Amino acid sequence: MPQTLQQSHNSAINFQPQVKSALANTQLRGNFDRAMTGLMHKRTMAFADWDLEALRDLGQAIRQQSLRQLPDLLEQLERQCQANGIQVHWARDGDEACQVVTEICQQRQAKTVIKGKSMVTEEMELNAHLEQRGYTVLESDLGEYIVQMAKETPSHIIMPAIHKNTAEIAELMHTMTGVEQREDAHYLTDQARQQLREKFMQADVGISGVNFAVADSGTLCLVENEGNGRLTTTTPPCHIAVTGIEKVVPSLTDVAPLLSLLTRSATGQSITTYVNMISRPRQPDEKDGPEAVHLVLVDNGRSDIYQDEELAETLQCIRCGACMNHCPVYTRIGGHAYGTTYPGPIGQVLMPQLLGLEQTPDFASASSLCGSCGEVCPVRIPLPSLLLRLRREAVDGDRTRASTVPGHGSKRSNLESLIWAVWRLVHRRPGLYRLTTRLASQLRALSPKRLGGWTRYRSAPKLAKTTLHSAMNNRSKRQQP
Amino acid sequence: MSQPVILYPNKPEKVYLFGTCLVDLFYPEAGLAGVDLLEREGIEVIYPQDQTCCGQPAYTSGRSDEARAVAKTQLDLFPEDWPVVVPSGSCAGMMRHQYPKLFEGTEDADRALKLARRVWDLADFLVNVCQIQLTDTGEPTTIALHTSCSSRREMGVADSGPALLRQLNNVTLVEPAKVAECCGFGGSFAVRHADISGAMATDKVAALTQTGCDRFLSTDCGCLMNLAGVAKKQKMALPGEHLLSFLWHRSQPNREA
Repeated sequence: MPQTLQQSHNSAINFQPQVKSALANTQLRGNFDRAMTGLMHKRTMAFADWDLEALRDLGQAIRQQSLRQLPDLLEQLERQCQANGIQVHWARDGDEACQVVTEICQQRQAKTVIKGKSMVTEEMELNAHLEQRGYTVLESDLGEYIVQMAKETPSHIIMPAIHKNTAEIAELMHTMTGVEQREDAHYLTDQARQQLREKFMQADVGISGVNFAVADSGTLCLVENEGNGRLTTTTPPCHIAVTGIEKVVPSLTDVAPLLSLLTRSATGQSITTYVNMISRPRQPDEKDGPEAVHLVLVDNGRSDIYQDEELAETLQCIRCGACMNHCPVYTRIGGHAYGTTYPGPIGQVLMPQLLGLEQTPDFASASSLCGSCGEVCPVRIPLPSLLLRLRREAVDGDRTRASTVPGHGSKRSNLESLIWAVWRLVHRRPGLYRLTTRLASQLRALSPKRLGGWTRYRSAPKLAKTTLHSAMNNRSKRQQP
Repeated sequence: MSQPVILYPNKPEKVYLFGTCLVDLFYPEAGLAGVDLLEREGIEVIYPQDQTCCGQPAYTSGRSDEARAVAKTQLDLFPEDWPVVVPSGSCAGMMRHQYPKLFEGTEDADRALKLARRVWDLADFLVNVCQIQLTDTGEPTTIALHTSCSSRREMGVADSGPALLRQLNNVTLVEPAKVAECCGFGGSFAVRHADISGAMATDKVAALTQTGCDRFLSTDCGCLMNLAGVAKKQKMALPGEHLLSFLWHRSQPNREA
């Protein structure tokens, strides 16, 4: 079952059953496999003529420098935005951010809200919040539009409806909007565009995300391919931009390399169809644009992450989705199985920090540590190392370093501790190790044929007749005069 | 920072072999083949009998305390300044790249770093330090190679397996689809997330089978055990072998055809 809206995070994410049903869904697996394979290829082609490693170095340096100066940059951003006529609001968490948005809508006596794609508003569950208060909320990004119609959440941070194929979308749009059920992406896109165009004209407020917030100019940079972002931010009389506080960069010159990395890593595009640079509301001599622009800066756990030097690297993320596109786990289970706003490797690293390890008990371990995510991350977030850090935190496994993530130690079980104590005992005493392994080899006929989940898909491995230790011992005896 | 360029040592007279626990228990012939190949290159191989495990199973389970305790006993085993060669990418990666992190801030930090710098993947060592030249004495055969993620991404030695196999005239090397994708082993991942791991392993075995190869090789015993286990369970005719065993068997002059 796809994740439905408004899942409460009060109880632990039910990862394992969701994984089982996702793996059993051949349609879903086919959709993800095709899409992710295509995206990986596009990314490779997009960087073919670039010194990618040098560009990643630069991207990492910009993001790290930005984060080092984060408090100052945020204040500078606030001053610059205000000087430009953008009203700035701070929100400690998702609820506070929802309240800020609601209050603006109230002040404007708004009835309908149109939205561009924004993951932070998914994180805040803004749509549900507004709908509960009587506002009509419409997603205008095609993928988000489809997902909203299906009463689902995005399964990918860049391509929200990537879990659905054209046939499924045709059926959904036919059922929900009455358009002809035609398996034709162009037709369906046209129909959606027509339905949405009217709504842009009617909307009282447009809500968008932000890709980069430029501190020294107070510019909000927003990339998109459908023009819905531009319409959302310019057609309604009021634009509310919502962003996590980590998205700030020092100056416009920092945006160019990050954009090069973002669009190529995400969709393999050298540039998106639309690049919006929003710097102020409509001026008296201008013909269009919103009369009011608001910026909502959302913390929602980010400043806690910021306190830890290693974990703070999580905040370098520019939300390109390359880690999920290249993740063999994500590709097989899809985004909904994770049950959180951000799926895939970045989600596995970020969500336990935001929700606590006890709510996300399977996230850190659901990785073969193959390293693909770390290899493609455009800003070099060491995702495998961070997954390892969270595994240590989950079991309080490192006495030389203090655990800091909420819910640390929640996976430490007495049984596992006992197993590791025995493992440690055997492997710290070479004589005992040689005795144990030699005995195991000699008694190999007795070794179990069933080994839990391992033998669900595999035959049990067979111990060799002699250990390498014995073989090398015999060999050195033979060679001795 | 970008991946640093790997600086290889000159060919030494002696090396230490760290056999790894999986080779010790399941694939000793791969370790012995590694020794044979090194000795044929004129290198004396020292195998400290007190070695056990690099500590990786505990380390990747978040149990750094236990991993450090076991890893610490390995630090004492290689007193001379000879290279330490390892017939498995993931154990080599653990010792070369993770030991410095594991021991950071402890009294053993310096020792761990010094050991880490002389740890090598055995196959890579044969190519880039020994500059081995192999003569193929086997029948024509088609081979697919699965390079472990640790060899490929952590150690950065994905080229060494193909470089060795290309020296064998009668071997046709074929590449499976999604060659760089993980086989799904991942240590405890294969048990904790058995269904995801099983799906990945099943896909990898299918990709290997589709190449039409006579057998597949791997540089890592974890991958080998994983993939051979799936092939066997599915009763597929897809034998697996460690790269080093294969290289040794193919390149013995007196081997009967």
